Amino acid sequence: MANKIRVATTSLAGCFGCHMSFLDLDERLLALAEVAEFDRSPITDIEHCGPCDIGLIEGGVCNSENVHVLREFRKNCKILVAVGACAINGGLPALRNPISLEDCLLEAYRDGIGVENAQIPSDPELPLLLDKVHPIHEVVKIDYFLPGCPPSADVFWAFLTALLEGRDPTLPYELVHYD
Amino acid sequence: MSKTINIDGQNIPFSEGQTIIEAATAAGVYIPHLCHKPGYTPHGSCKLCTVNVNGRNCSACTFPAAEGQTVINNSEELRHDRMRITQMLFVEGNHLCPSCEKSGNCQLQGVAYHLNMLDNHFPHFYPLREVDASHPDILIDHNRCIFCTLCVRASREKDGKSVFDISGRGIHKHLIINSPSGKLKDTNIDVNDCAAHVCPTGAILIKRTGYQVPIGQRIYDHHQISEVALNEEGGAGSLPAAALPPSLEVAGQGSLPAAALTPSLEGAGHGK
Repeated sequence: MANKIRVATTSLAGCFGCHMSFLDLDERLLALAEVAEFDRSPITDIEHCGPCDIGLIEGGVCNSENVHVLREFRKNCKILVAVGACAINGGLPALRNPISLEDCLLEAYRDGIGVENAQIPSDPELPLLLDKVHPIHEVVKIDYFLPGCPPSADVFWAFLTALLEGRDPTLPYELVHYD
Repeated sequence: MSKTINIDGQNIPFSEGQTIIEAATAAGVYIPHLCHKPGYTPHGSCKLCTVNVNGRNCSACTFPAAEGQTVINNSEELRHDRMRITQMLFVEGNHLCPSCEKSGNCQLQGVAYHLNMLDNHFPHFYPLREVDASHPDILIDHNRCIFCTLCVRASREKDGKSVFDISGRGIHKHLIINSPSGKLKDTNIDVNDCAAHVCPTGAILIKRTGYQVPIGQRIYDHHQISEVALNEEGGAGSLPAAALPPSLEVAGQGSLPAAALTPSLEGAGHGK
């Protein structure tokens, strides 16, 4: 079918739990595949996002690569959606925000229990960490938000079907959860 | 003939001395609120109960009902104002619901759900706040405090103690604990005190009671705070008691052992 809706997805500072929840659409994925196709996504292994209709962003931004990817999505996606608690408020990764980055690295790679051959990773290939984890609306304009940890498959379904049918994608009370 | 005010086109009776929110609640009209609780001295700080009275915005929890008032409560403009206020409360603290025991029973969250708040809108402060786990039975997580002063008022007015207060101004405002060390363990607070159960958020939690009700089966997972509040606060709510989770039904039986109390009970059994 020509002119399918193009959807890109990514997980920044997230756990892929939102992507797993998206896959909980189960047989509804087949109906979705009738009208939509994936661009850059962990599902396709396409490395860079091309022009898309919808971008789904899981996770907040915790390093420089997250910022680059997020900007690439914003540049290419007509509609950009923050998916899940981490994208919306930093979520679990933001629990490191009250702790200095140096202390985080020392605890994880030098002083923590069970650390062997202690060294702070410094390969130039590794993206640099930000001093704090930030929600994505602090970096780029976000068009819609799907709260939840993760948002249930029903949230994805309600949102995407509304959008595809040209309706305002509002979420009823039962679908709004922060946990 | 009883005096009335008009809220959203509905004539609502009031008695002299009642605030707008008291008259509304008694008539089964919900006005969103966090720092207001029946039986407590009004504080008027959270501003969620902002209503429009004869063209001017004011706090329904402190504003006296008076003949001739035309009140707008349920408008899209006020919903939006209240949502922005709630978003400010979220970004000024560290409200990370997935890692909070109060999630699902939290009034801050319940109000946010009610207002259909889907994001936090503002940049996050991520303020540095402490946890006080010194007391054997009660945990204080300052990250979740919204300075509603309900614990301050509960301790003074209900418990006859003075365990809590608010200190500092603006962004430096914080909850303080009245002991030489500043730690809760060195106060005379008791786990059965109203102050230990009145917190609308997860800032004051009772130890060893966590997750007795699983996430997903909690109050605001299935009931709007509008129904719950009217039911608990003595209004003519439309929700039959049987429809509420068991944790709500025991409200009002003041002699419950502490172990039977869940955070969802708040001070319901104590404060009325």
